[in-house]
Amino acid sequence: MESARKKLGLIVNPIAGLGGRVGLKGSDGAEIQRRAIELGAVPEAPRRAREAIERLRSAAGRFDLVTCPAEMGEASAAACGFAPAVVGSIRPGSTTAEDTRRAAAGMLRMGVDLLLFAGGDGTARDICDAIGVALPALGIPAGVKIHSAVFATSPAAAGELAAAYLLGRAARLREAEVMDLDEEALRAGVLAPRLYGCLRIPYESSLVQGLKVPSAAGEAASLSAVAAAVAERMEEDCLYVLGPGTTTRAVAERLGLRKTLAGVDVVTRREVLAADAGEAEILRLIRGKRVKIVVTPIGGQGCIFGRGNQQISPAVIAAVGRENIIVAATPEKLQALGGRPLWVDTGDPETNRLLAGHVRVVTGHREEAVVRVSG
Amino acid sequence: MDDKVRAHPYIPNSVPEIKRRMLEDLGVAGVEEFYRDIPEELRLRRPLDLPEPLRSEHELKRHVAAILAENQPAGKLLSFLGAGCYQHHVPAVCDEVNQRAEFLTAYAGEPYDDHGRFQALFEYASMMGELLDMDVVNVPTYDGYQAAATALRMACRITGRSEILVARPIAADKLSRIRDYCKPEISCRLIPCEAGGARLDLECLRREISPRTAAVYFENPCYLGPIEIRGATIADLAHDAGALCVVSVDPISLGVLAPPAHYGADIVCGDIQPLGMHMQFGGGQAGFIATRDDPRFVMEYPSRLFGIAPTRVAGEYGFGDVAYERTSFAAREGGKEWVGTAAALWGITAGVYLALMGPHGMREIGESIMTRTRYAMMRLARVEGITLPFYDLPHFTEFVVNFDRTGLTVRQVNDRLLEAGIHGGWDLSGEFPELGRSALYCVTEVHSQDDIDRLARTLEEVI
Amino acid sequence: MNPELTAIRGPIVKPALRRFHQARWDEPIIFELSRPGRRGILVPEAEPRMKAAVGDPMAGIPDNMRRREPPRLPELSQPQVVRHYLRLSQENLGADLNIDVGQGTCTMKYSPKIHEQLARLPEVADLHPLQDEATVQGILEIMYRFEQILKEISGMERFSLQPRAGSAAIYAAASMIRAYHESRGEAGRRDEIVTTIFSHPSDAACAATAGFKVLTLYPDDDGYPDIGALKAALSGRTAGLMITNPEDTGIFNPRIREFVDLVHDAGGLCFYDQANANGILGITRAREAGFDLCHFNLHKTFSTPHGCGGPAVGALGATADLAGFLPVPLIEWDGRRYRLDYDRPESIGKVNAFYGVPPVVLKAYAWVMSLGAEGLREVAEIAVLNNNYLLRKMLAIRGVSAPYARGRHRIEQVRYSWKQLADETGVHSEQIGLRAADFGVHYWTSHHPYIVPEPCTLEPTESYAREELDEYAAILAHVAEEAYNNPEIVRSAPHNSTVHTIDHSVFDDPEKWAVTWRAYLRKHGVKQG
Repeated sequence: MESARKKLGLIVNPIAGLGGRVGLKGSDGAEIQRRAIELGAVPEAPRRAREAIERLRSAAGRFDLVTCPAEMGEASAAACGFAPAVVGSIRPGSTTAEDTRRAAAGMLRMGVDLLLFAGGDGTARDICDAIGVALPALGIPAGVKIHSAVFATSPAAAGELAAAYLLGRAARLREAEVMDLDEEALRAGVLAPRLYGCLRIPYESSLVQGLKVPSAAGEAASLSAVAAAVAERMEEDCLYVLGPGTTTRAVAERLGLRKTLAGVDVVTRREVLAADAGEAEILRLIRGKRVKIVVTPIGGQGCIFGRGNQQISPAVIAAVGRENIIVAATPEKLQALGGRPLWVDTGDPETNRLLAGHVRVVTGHREEAVVRVSG
Repeated sequence: MDDKVRAHPYIPNSVPEIKRRMLEDLGVAGVEEFYRDIPEELRLRRPLDLPEPLRSEHELKRHVAAILAENQPAGKLLSFLGAGCYQHHVPAVCDEVNQRAEFLTAYAGEPYDDHGRFQALFEYASMMGELLDMDVVNVPTYDGYQAAATALRMACRITGRSEILVARPIAADKLSRIRDYCKPEISCRLIPCEAGGARLDLECLRREISPRTAAVYFENPCYLGPIEIRGATIADLAHDAGALCVVSVDPISLGVLAPPAHYGADIVCGDIQPLGMHMQFGGGQAGFIATRDDPRFVMEYPSRLFGIAPTRVAGEYGFGDVAYERTSFAAREGGKEWVGTAAALWGITAGVYLALMGPHGMREIGESIMTRTRYAMMRLARVEGITLPFYDLPHFTEFVVNFDRTGLTVRQVNDRLLEAGIHGGWDLSGEFPELGRSALYCVTEVHSQDDIDRLARTLEEVI
Repeated sequence: MNPELTAIRGPIVKPALRRFHQARWDEPIIFELSRPGRRGILVPEAEPRMKAAVGDPMAGIPDNMRRREPPRLPELSQPQVVRHYLRLSQENLGADLNIDVGQGTCTMKYSPKIHEQLARLPEVADLHPLQDEATVQGILEIMYRFEQILKEISGMERFSLQPRAGSAAIYAAASMIRAYHESRGEAGRRDEIVTTIFSHPSDAACAATAGFKVLTLYPDDDGYPDIGALKAALSGRTAGLMITNPEDTGIFNPRIREFVDLVHDAGGLCFYDQANANGILGITRAREAGFDLCHFNLHKTFSTPHGCGGPAVGALGATADLAGFLPVPLIEWDGRRYRLDYDRPESIGKVNAFYGVPPVVLKAYAWVMSLGAEGLREVAEIAVLNNNYLLRKMLAIRGVSAPYARGRHRIEQVRYSWKQLADETGVHSEQIGLRAADFGVHYWTSHHPYIVPEPCTLEPTESYAREELDEYAAILAHVAEEAYNNPEIVRSAPHNSTVHTIDHSVFDDPEKWAVTWRAYLRKHGVKQG
């Protein structure tokens, strides 16, 4: 075949998932790591990484592997029979988030074709910090809890998808959300995820008719169509509470407005009234006004209220009214649900019940999907 | 089933014993079990009231052949009918290829298991590309009507404008199709002919064209037969206004006439029925659309476009869909118009035809048709009472014959011709009342000099 | 005498799975076979007297309108053309060749050969569509009789045979729905069509092309169209519903009448896409379910051959209230002769040239005439029996499931899922399909989007023998086992097809894609031979 040899970057976060088995929530921080090891925790990530790398053997000889030293990739790769190029240096036994970020930045400079990383949400955030959407990436799930949508469904699936992508046999790319879960809060029993950023991941493996060169053309076009459709119907003397996500950001861009990716912004057609507003500010701005909410499912799980947009609280929803909620999503995003319904978790059972039922989701120019919402 | 029932030859498992065993395997008492989810009120609880079946092949053949015997095919008489469906010689090899069960019963397999179909259609598109001198040709659509309608909607999408200017003369039925297809968002305006003429009124076009115009559409030859020799002027007018030039062409003329791309057409369309399809009472039609290889154009095709690609074995050709995402197969309502089963077998056949004919054959057939057409015009012009209103214009394959001075209607003339075993030209009185009592006569390479002389003599007799 | 051969004793026993290899001719592109001067056929020249009388036939045509350079068509002699195309013909797995149960929704049943003979008679092939009606009474009669048959099968009042395939019929139906609302002054208001995600993509695409906004219902947990979603979708803007039943999952929606009634209550019309009619002929009809419009794919249910993708017919039916909007002409019988009736002022006009594809109608007519009411009933019942038989064999294969409607029977097809196998082995549905091709069978996944993960849609029809269904299931079982025990051979399939793994990366790259040979030569720097 004519295509040049692809380069695969591999980064393993050796301490991801360390806390899980021993009942600690998360593994951020040296203190947590120390306690976990005291409790007998064994690092899971390298094993998961190996499961994924095994699957890459089908493409062996057709791509070059670049990774970090020792437990950040080299060891796992060698255990699977690969002889990767090794770059950078680490202090074995005490790797940190900074090591991940530095390694990812290095691979960005090198121009790898795909960055495969093993870890959890924290690792995903570090990768995101370093490369954003500049490189395609894909996560091997090895963390305690995974809320981000940038991971494959299993280590084996990650390896398969990466191989297919490298061989040019698979994958459109789409932007998937990286979630930020405050672990302190979590340990205190509070689940309050925020949208942190996005990575571009291969998300579908299709070998025959859908087989395409990695290009965002498919979803980018859909996103543009959804944004246009929503923007078109926005009225002049009305406030809009825009939830987080790339879809709502695209709507704002369509109107020439800047929008925060991770926050809830209150806008009109002409201007931003508040960026990254909290519940109180939202309630203040919308009081007595005509207002609608625009949200999109976050985190790849199909949640439209309660993950990443808790600022749109039950009080806000009550003030706006169910009939003034616009849900927007590309067909690709709905497809990723695989027939599962959308869902809500506002924290208030009454509000959840109110929102449950069916919703018309804007999916493009003069196109809507009617989807179930479960409370 | 009672015991006089025999298994039907088309239904292998209808043998009672086999059916019984299969039901037993499934642990089901009868087939009725499978329908139990269909509510009773939706069940048809009586047999369908259909004609008694003809279970032996002999009886079936007899029955159908007897009905068909009522037909008197134009091919057996002498026919001068055209108007969108043409009587050309169909090479035996064309029939040989499209009768092959391997092509006839293939459908939607992958480029691995149906490689032959992909290659045959790629080659068809490639040969049409040479004929049209364009780099992109679609997998065929239903017919020339659909090709024109889609080409015009493509032009609107490409330019972002919503008005099309259509040159009369055009078949009324084709215009009807275009109007219906454009209805949702596109306005369709007709540019008349020059007074008493068959050619597009250029002055009127100049006046009507505007920044709202997405496309100027004309046909070559036009529906009435004359060749539009001002193609370049029309294309320039369109381009100057930022519009596209869309031309519908008879592909069998392109061995001698310039392909529309040479005089500025941006989208070319038409019907490939003349290239190896029997007339089949209209069943042989298939539409083509062609453009240059510009992504702005390519991305607007609704049809499948088959591309060539390497495989993992050096020197092997593979095929697949180009820019599949734009189609309704990939994007449902988000795709361009729609794509589905259309007329692929005719595309393959047209490829066979073009391969047999080659460049020399296409030139020869073009010259042959032009010669015969001009001869027929000359010969009929000498028939008392007949006039050829556009005699001085160059024509391809068809021309208008006017019977006003005979005192007869076209219908009456054709009835009399039929009695003499001749199908006269298509009656234009309804579509083009401004042409009076006129008919459209079609001459192709199948009409010998004797045939034409016989027509003339018969007309002389019956008028 | 070869000692190895003499060592073979006893009867020859075929192995469990056939050792198939598809024809592989490695055939060049036809242009590469060209040599200047070769001719495939000669053209009749005009007689000398004619030529002399006419002179230069190109006189009056300016230079810029003449073809200056001959088209660069290939030059081959006739036997070379025959050989080339026959080789290509061998490189297909048509329904006549393979156990074509893998093309779900396409209804790949047997196309009887007697129909081909009849359709190629000069009394069909050489008819010009504009011939005097008196001279085409035979074909008009066939088309008229077939319309009567469809009326009885569906309960509809009138049919147009003009649409040249299923999607053409669906578009015409959308056009009729628009015309109906226009006639009641409501066209501007009613601009939404409702469909489902498991209906054919054309139900959505044709409605959108006709200018409607499209609302797509997602399924409920059991895989049925969600009636709650329907209620959320209906309003004063509803123009109509366009739906398949059973859907492409093979599941019959028992609440279809409720769906239709709800849409009617909202002021909309209902169109029944009967692409999946094969299992319900004589069992249930459009009329009793309350539909206003319906269509049949003659090249699916009615046995006419698929032809690599046409020609085909989508027969479009309407109730008495809607019949006025059908495309013109319709065929009438006035007691003495058959006529083409154009006097239909409310008609949407023409949707395709002439009257559609009459030879295809002829084949469908002959098929029904060879079966009769009992035969059609048998077709439906055996198609459903075959499907449920295959379903049971499929569910016995490791890694397969049939999502939705658990415990319920399917009608004529099933959408399976290989998700479990994919999760456990990393092998995907498409790869299973390509490896199945190594054993001489086809396989189709699903329309996009893939709602059912790792899909596979099989539709046996009534045309395949029990042993053939057994063979098909055995092939998939074998491939599934390979996925678990020897996945590499599945992932690198196909091995026994005409070509090897195709590099698809070029198809989306404008710099690299090539829809014609000339474009390929230009872009890839190859010199033309």
